[in-house]
Amino acid sequence: MLEVKNLKVQIDTAEGIVQAVDRVSFRVEAGQTLGIVGESGSGKSVLAHSIIQLNPKPATIYPEGEIIFEGKNLLELREKALRKIRGNEIAMVFQDPMSSLNPVFKIGSQLIEAIITNQKMSKKQAKARAIELLRDVGIPDPKRRMQDYPHQLSGGMRQRVLIAIALAGNPKLLIADEPTTALDVTIQAQILELLRKVQKKYKMAIILISHDLGVISQIADNVLVMYSGRIVEDGSVNDIFYRTTMPYTWSLLRSLPRLDGQRHERLINIEGQPPNLISPPKGCNFHPRCPFATDKCLKIDPELTYRSKGHSAACILSEQEFMDGKERIEATEKERGALTYDRTTA
Amino acid sequence: MFKKKRNLIAVGILLLFAIATISASWWLPVSPSLIDASRRLLGPSVDHWFGTDHFGRDIFGQTIVAARVSLVVGFTVAVIATLLGTITGLIAGYYKKADFIIMRVIDGMLAFPSLLLALALVAVLGGNITNIIVALSFSFWPVMTRIVRSAVLQIKPLQYIEAAKTTGVSDPVILSHYVLPNILSPIIVQGTFIFAKAILAEAALSFLGIGVEPSIATWGNMLQEAQIYISIAPWFSIFPGIAIIITVLALNMIGEGLRDALDPHTTGKAAKEKQAVKKIVNAA
Amino acid sequence: MTEPLLEIRDLKIHFPIKSGVLQKTTNHVKAVNGVNLSVNKGETIGIVGESGCGKSTLARSIVGLLKPTSGEILFEGERIQHDHQKGMHKIRRDIQMVFQDPFTSLNPRMKAGDIIAAPLKAYKMTENLQGRVKELMDRVGLKAEDYDKLPHQFSGGQRQRIGIARALSLNPKLIVLDEPVSALDVSIQAQVINLLEDLQKELGLTYIFIAHDLSVIKHIADKVAVMYLGKVMEFAGNETFYKDSRHPYTNALLSAVPLPDPEKERRRKQIVLSGELPSPSHPPAGCVFHTRCPFAQEACKLEIPSLKAVDDNADHLVSCFFPMSAEEQLAKLSQTTSG
Repeated sequence: MLEVKNLKVQIDTAEGIVQAVDRVSFRVEAGQTLGIVGESGSGKSVLAHSIIQLNPKPATIYPEGEIIFEGKNLLELREKALRKIRGNEIAMVFQDPMSSLNPVFKIGSQLIEAIITNQKMSKKQAKARAIELLRDVGIPDPKRRMQDYPHQLSGGMRQRVLIAIALAGNPKLLIADEPTTALDVTIQAQILELLRKVQKKYKMAIILISHDLGVISQIADNVLVMYSGRIVEDGSVNDIFYRTTMPYTWSLLRSLPRLDGQRHERLINIEGQPPNLISPPKGCNFHPRCPFATDKCLKIDPELTYRSKGHSAACILSEQEFMDGKERIEATEKERGALTYDRTTA
Repeated sequence: MFKKKRNLIAVGILLLFAIATISASWWLPVSPSLIDASRRLLGPSVDHWFGTDHFGRDIFGQTIVAARVSLVVGFTVAVIATLLGTITGLIAGYYKKADFIIMRVIDGMLAFPSLLLALALVAVLGGNITNIIVALSFSFWPVMTRIVRSAVLQIKPLQYIEAAKTTGVSDPVILSHYVLPNILSPIIVQGTFIFAKAILAEAALSFLGIGVEPSIATWGNMLQEAQIYISIAPWFSIFPGIAIIITVLALNMIGEGLRDALDPHTTGKAAKEKQAVKKIVNAA
Repeated sequence: MTEPLLEIRDLKIHFPIKSGVLQKTTNHVKAVNGVNLSVNKGETIGIVGESGCGKSTLARSIVGLLKPTSGEILFEGERIQHDHQKGMHKIRRDIQMVFQDPFTSLNPRMKAGDIIAAPLKAYKMTENLQGRVKELMDRVGLKAEDYDKLPHQFSGGQRQRIGIARALSLNPKLIVLDEPVSALDVSIQAQVINLLEDLQKELGLTYIFIAHDLSVIKHIADKVAVMYLGKVMEFAGNETFYKDSRHPYTNALLSAVPLPDPEKERRRKQIVLSGELPSPSHPPAGCVFHTRCPFAQEACKLEIPSLKAVDDNADHLVSCFFPMSAEEQLAKLSQTTSG
């Protein structure tokens, strides 16, 4: 349904050209949830915004690649055609509900506007549909809430309204960029539950971007791990969490404090800082921080290589080399007295 | 800021005026106060680039010398208003109790159109340059207070101010080291705008006859005298008028240039795009 | 038994809401509404809660930024007098704070070294100033050569380190940390958490660690308190809190945290709370949680529960009339849905 091929996105900033997205390829099928995981500077947000080209113009350049949605290359479409798809077949939900809603209009009218923009309907019908949508997203007493202004709603409610607006066009694909990051944990649970429910009902595909690995493991079927603008690992959610042989993913999983972890257990952190996107390191982007790095890593820029069905990773180490390296590292850590236990096995 | 051509030109013009007027007595070919009844109201010529006035005096020379008053008045008013405004603004913004009193006074002062206020003060005090400066400082100071106060209010809740308090830093040090350095840009920018406005105000007052005494050359005074001759000797009005326009424009451009360069948080298409890009790249 | 380093007794902090032309006080935001807490030397107390629970307000009153409306805070047995300037100045040497936002917690116009030196200057401890600052920078993992750099030249994690060095400069006994790692990338969080733990061991520090991230608290806290709408709902030792919580809110909170473990996530049954957080200016009568509690009874609407020991364990306190374990809660919930 959506296929991204070899996408490159560059952003022209005052300090130079930022390689925000570099040779990214992936697919999303209907009814599936793709999770995109990465830290700041990984390019995940730029990637999400690029699909419907919401990155700031004219600073954004797309030198290469295709974004094929239902047979059409979105990069080749003109603004008018894009606008038809945006908010209609492809909908987006952002992180901060407060800045996505217009504070001077009632949420009812914003929702109705979204409905009318995308479908031919009388205002009366649109109003009825709006109430139905609000009910779908779990807002109690929807008829009355239509008259509220955004600031009268809590964060969780606003996010629900945004989801309702996104659903107004009966989208085939929903792109959610950190939809729950700004929300409290109990509200986050509600919203994630809502997304699952809505996905089933509308048979949508969801691309969910998050830095929170817990959220990803809860909701994603497949996962892309991004680092410094590249996809460094691509596989099913189980592949990523239990069978990774990619040093970055492995290090990331180990550095998380966990609810089922132990008190005062030493977190195995990743040394160094995230890379500078204007002048990324030569060779593999991750090598300056990689505990497995070898001399070859300085020279070769790894492509995604096949690991198992549907699972690929961008690292020159073979599975055996990774396992050997892992043992070596864990042995050294045991010597240093750090408590470790391997969480990458179920 | 000095990267943009526009800003360089503006600064250049201002400097040119300043240097020209200070050194006027050295390089002017004809003394501007030389009266020659036989050369009354002559148009621009090789001898007199801007023509002569109703006393036969060289207008070009007068325009240059008059710049002195404008620049001095403008600059002094800007400095005084900035100093007073900054002090009151800091106190009003930082101390809630003082805020109430100070702002009511300032509101009262702002309620008067600045020109009328200056007018009233000059009427009471008399029309020499010092009094004009006092009057105009008084009228422009409240604007600066408002600006400084709102800048302080934006800074006050920030965590580094809280951190300064928790680490035992005293209030005066907080105001001078933590608040002031971070609100300098709106102060400087507003100061430039006050400079421009003061020049205009002085010209307006002099034009109305209630500014600097007529014996001293100022652009406003020139315009005042030129009024009645406007149909027969338009150059008498035009050149001082142009001088005012150019100076004020130059100052405004400098002010805007400073604002764009110093304060990334203000409006302007370039600034907004910069922010949007930064946001996406950082959050990416 | 040694006395606690810090004791909070029935603390209330209410903010007046003013409206109308004459600015009359119409209501109060009851940010902190009766908190009792005890912190012993060398411990790390974690305080968790969602937005509006009052944990940040509590933090700020401990370090003297906010004055309590009623109740008291005792440090080393003595009452902190928020109005008394000299007294506060003295006590500030012992109680310091690390702030949440690495971007706004440092003066953008001050050099890193000067930021760390500022507390020392404020207390006139200027002997060998540069040397001591460089020592502090070294201790938190910053390069001494970076003394002259401005905050924007550092990364988020490094800026937090500067904030930590600043907090350490006066050799405090107690450090209050208000969400110190929430704004950092996951991989940097681990670095800073490790640093904080090392420093605690080295310097014998006592921490009050405020966070909304339960996994971080699990990692670093000896005891945990959960706050909701200005009150403490449950207070227990780390293991007890996470394995044997008894307050319905705690149970729901723990259950709502997503685990980075797909299989466990799938097997898990979540307790999802309905409803929204009530406004802190109109907290519900009786138990503040009753409006969202799946098991609220009549008594809960009428009376306010106080912190009581669970199973006679004085170290495990719950503020609930009908405390139950997470398993019981899940069982009861599935009964009602299938019934």
